[in-house]
Amino acid sequence: MKRLFGYVGRLKWQIVIASVIKVIGTALDLVIPLILAHILNDIVPTGDLGQTVFWGVLMIAASVFALLLSVFANRAASGIASDCTQRLRHDLFARISYLSSGQVDEITIASLESRLTVDTYNVNQMIAMSLRLGIRAPILFVGGIVMAAVLDWRLTLVLLATLPFLYFVVYKSSKAGIPLYILLQKKTDDFTRVVREDTAGIRVIKALSKGDYENARFDAANRDAITVEKKAGITMAKINPLTTFILNAGMCAVIAAGAFFVSKELSQAGTVIAFLSYFTIIASALINISRIFVNISKGAASMKRIDDVLSQNPALRLDKEDLLPDRRRPFLEFSHVSFSYGKTKVLDDISFTLEKGETLGIIGGTGVGKSTILQLLMRFYDTDEGEILIEGVNVKNIPTKTLRRRFGVVFQNDFLFADSIRENINFGRDLPDAAIEAAAKDASAADFIAERPGGMDAKLAIKGADLSGGQKQRLLIARALAARPEILVLDDASSALDYKTDANVRRAIAAHFAGTTTVIVAQRVSAIAHANRILVIADGRIIGDGNHEALLASCPVYREISQSQMGGAILD
Amino acid sequence: MTEKKSSLTKSNRRHLFRKPKKEAVQAANLYYRDRQRTGEKRMKKSRVILRLLTYLAAHKGLLALSLFLTVLANGIALITPKLSEYAVAAIEQESGVDFSAVTYYVLWMLLFYFVSGVLSYFLSLAMIALSRRVVYTMRKEVFEHLLALPVSYFDQNQAGDIISRLSYDIDTINASLSNDLVAILAGSITVIGSLVMMATISLPLLSVFAFTIPVLVLFTRYRVKKVKPLFRARSHKLGELNGYVEEILSGQRTIRAFGKEEVMIGRFDLRNDEAVEAYFAADYQGSVVGPGVNFITNMTISLISMFGALLFIKSTGGTLELFGLSLAAVTAAKLSSFILYARKFLGPVNETANIISEIQSATSAAERIFRLLDEPTEEECLTSTETAELASDFAQTVKGRVEICDLSFAYTPDHPILKHISVNAAPGQTVAIVGPTGSGKTTVVNLLMRFYDAGPGKIFIDGQDITSLPLKELRRSFAMVLQDTWLFGGTVEENIAYGSVGATHEEVVAAAKATHIHAYIESLPQGYDTVMDENGMNISKGQKQLITIARMMLVRHPILILDEATSNVDSRTEKLLTEAMQALMAEKTCFIIAHRLSTIQNADCILVIKDGEVIERGRHEELLAFGGFYASLYNAQFDSLANG
Repeated sequence: MKRLFGYVGRLKWQIVIASVIKVIGTALDLVIPLILAHILNDIVPTGDLGQTVFWGVLMIAASVFALLLSVFANRAASGIASDCTQRLRHDLFARISYLSSGQVDEITIASLESRLTVDTYNVNQMIAMSLRLGIRAPILFVGGIVMAAVLDWRLTLVLLATLPFLYFVVYKSSKAGIPLYILLQKKTDDFTRVVREDTAGIRVIKALSKGDYENARFDAANRDAITVEKKAGITMAKINPLTTFILNAGMCAVIAAGAFFVSKELSQAGTVIAFLSYFTIIASALINISRIFVNISKGAASMKRIDDVLSQNPALRLDKEDLLPDRRRPFLEFSHVSFSYGKTKVLDDISFTLEKGETLGIIGGTGVGKSTILQLLMRFYDTDEGEILIEGVNVKNIPTKTLRRRFGVVFQNDFLFADSIRENINFGRDLPDAAIEAAAKDASAADFIAERPGGMDAKLAIKGADLSGGQKQRLLIARALAARPEILVLDDASSALDYKTDANVRRAIAAHFAGTTTVIVAQRVSAIAHANRILVIADGRIIGDGNHEALLASCPVYREISQSQMGGAILD
Repeated sequence: MTEKKSSLTKSNRRHLFRKPKKEAVQAANLYYRDRQRTGEKRMKKSRVILRLLTYLAAHKGLLALSLFLTVLANGIALITPKLSEYAVAAIEQESGVDFSAVTYYVLWMLLFYFVSGVLSYFLSLAMIALSRRVVYTMRKEVFEHLLALPVSYFDQNQAGDIISRLSYDIDTINASLSNDLVAILAGSITVIGSLVMMATISLPLLSVFAFTIPVLVLFTRYRVKKVKPLFRARSHKLGELNGYVEEILSGQRTIRAFGKEEVMIGRFDLRNDEAVEAYFAADYQGSVVGPGVNFITNMTISLISMFGALLFIKSTGGTLELFGLSLAAVTAAKLSSFILYARKFLGPVNETANIISEIQSATSAAERIFRLLDEPTEEECLTSTETAELASDFAQTVKGRVEICDLSFAYTPDHPILKHISVNAAPGQTVAIVGPTGSGKTTVVNLLMRFYDAGPGKIFIDGQDITSLPLKELRRSFAMVLQDTWLFGGTVEENIAYGSVGATHEEVVAAAKATHIHAYIESLPQGYDTVMDENGMNISKGQKQLITIARMMLVRHPILILDEATSNVDSRTEKLLTEAMQALMAEKTCFIIAHRLSTIQNADCILVIKDGEVIERGRHEELLAFGGFYASLYNAQFDSLANG
């Protein structure tokens, strides 16, 4: 909540002005019945038409001003709330963009998504509601009590005796409410996750006719969410009847005490009657206050969830910035690198070096840690032990932005978005069209792009669903090549390409990217056979290291892989 | 490429006098008109509300209870002021304070307040129960309908937008249903009561309403019409924002790898601006309604008091002569009680006006929900011929004879994907489909499973035109491993057993062992009970493929489709899989899309597809001997090693 005040505090003057205007508007609203009472009680009985018209016009004027001021204040309130939401969302999205992969894994994408939208929306509601009702109601509440105190302080004391009880009820309920709303948002994350998963796997679900199963899975999440929602609702539903009852009981006490004071001649019956009319104002204000409390609890819960993300520490710290490369050192160096996800060790004592412009191939079984080497190289995770150096500089000492700018990469599960082909290759880098077209050509993608209606500007379906697996990979390779990176990283990036296309792409890279250092993870020997150095990985360790010929001679596993593929393949 | 700049970068915004951007309002109006013009069925607001009410009507008991409690609570609320009047009167006695009477009335008051508190608590509970059920039903319906939609729907609609409907839109409807409904119901009782009371006091004074009520109605209708597109845009823009967020968060690793966080933040800001602006525009216009109606009601009271004063002055001798009519005189007491009732009458009117924005946003949200619910389902989209007379266990008894006759297909008319494909596969035969990327191989699979409907041409399974089969029966004849592996957030065991109801743990383990993924699963913290978490888990794409293959080992459907099933599995593991794959393919009609020879060369028939046409067909040896495209592809791998 502290953070929220930072957002709201920026606009304190606007808020003060909007509040003052709201106060005046509220006051005018209260003046109107007073004028009316005056007309009815004092003017009408005299039969003075002129006076009636005068006061009537005054009343109309007050109404007009009340209208204008209220509209202004309400608009200002939504302006302020919008501004806070906009900034909050921006900061949240920016923070998320710079979270480490480990942090994203922990919070989950579904949850981040709902924090960005539903939670910021709840905060918006809280601010807008507080500004609209939160000023008017407390003014009426406090104002009513002050007026009552002026009238008779003894009776007011009796009424005020209820305050601790009121506070207790509101405090207890909202204290119980906030964790429930946090839980509710968590449950919302859960059913969001089911929807995300199922939209991604719709073909499999349909193919296996698992609709009923998925419906049951969603149903469980839905029920969970609803149950928590009900619990939260019931907790908050107590506030209004309880506070109203406490206040009314206080009123009963006031009448009883009034009777006592009147009998002791400390008060008059007329005062008690007037007191009752102020009580009505106080009570209706209280109802409004308890109404906004539901919103505040919900908003506070959401704000906490947002705050949890915003206050995440940058996981990948920059120990000391070191940008001075040592040209004498190998261009790329892994030195005794070990890494584990949780408790499972994935990489164990990996060491190798690579010179500028060379190509490194990595091959090995499924799930032995090949991709992890790339993840560490680009510093998506930090090593447990050992160092990764680029031109002698530890990657931990290079700002991630500077580090990653040197790379062009295709991941195994890479993504295309629903934009033009051009933008999918460009990827927000403002690359010249010539570079994009050259990259498409090098990636053997130019032909099929040209065949599509609209060519480069053709819009892709969501996740590139209207492309074949091989077409997707070629666009991704084009994206990786387009900015002519210093280091090219390809993680099984050509698995869906036919051998001919694969060879064409490789040839183009060799011809046009001679200065680029390349790291290729592949299943096919043919994709890495040309590499200067090939690492054979098994169970997180290097079991073979050398070029194609050397490995054929020295590494039985490599030989086996190679032989199993010779003559064993045809294009897809 | 120049990116638009977010308004966040502009400083010194004058929030107090801020107006919604013209573009936002225009865009909203345009969007509104566009959707109507593009033939999208226009949803009348009254229809939307009626349809919303049907959800309530489904819970008649709760609804009746809520109504009953509302009436009761309101009734009691009318009694307590009378009691306090008596109590005060007991204080005001000339003979001094009558303590016993005061105590008597105060105790009664306490009782009534207590009862009214309990009633309103129960009313809240009833409303919570009611709205909980409505939300539950709506979410359930939306989700179930979603799964029944054709796959093409998911190519065009971002998951984030769908999620936004399920969360934001349904929440909005819920908030409005549970709060506004009670307010309107309670209000209407008061409105009717006070109207009757006013009529009995003075008919001429009532004529003021004849003037102000139409003004009120016209004003509200005008405002509602003006803000309607804005509220629609608000729901729509939030959905769009959610869609973008979903898309970008899914691709976060790539964005980080390319260091393009800032660009994506910039694009997010633009959408965020639009969403906030749409929200603000709706609020900005919406915030006129409350004070506006308040103004009209204030005016009404003013007019009544002035007109009343006039009538009072004109009343002489107990009668009021007006336009030759003789009416009951207006006395000061009558006038003040008329005004009292007028206030009572206008109170709920005011309140309704104040929640009109909420109702607007609820109907806009409901419209988005109903639009999704009205999307034709897969069954409705597919042009089915007359349903064939089938044995009830069609899927179980299918032999697996597949005939594809002269099949053509195009996603867009000018861009044909498949042209005149024909193939026959006898039960147990294996058909391999080979061809360059993008030649239409996966499309054949899509058509076999009827994810899309073929253009000209037919597909028969055991002689049955597939368009005459219920989708469920059709798909139950297939087992398939797709290029894109899909695992869900259940345990590893649940994922493997996904396609087979009632698979035992032993069967699951056997399948995992056969696909050589058992050791990996055992290494996980909770073994087979480890929950698959797409992101948090260290699992490679190859391992995912192995799990999906294990899944299919347990599915005993007669026709098998393997679409690049092992593309990310290393060749040693693949070799180890040979046995498992043979077991998987045994006695099944198989369609295989693959680039590895081991599975292709034993195929009974290899189809070579290029640019959507079958250019060669035959067995491996025949095609090699033929020396055509297939042979050149086959030889390419040796060339690539040699030249690579």
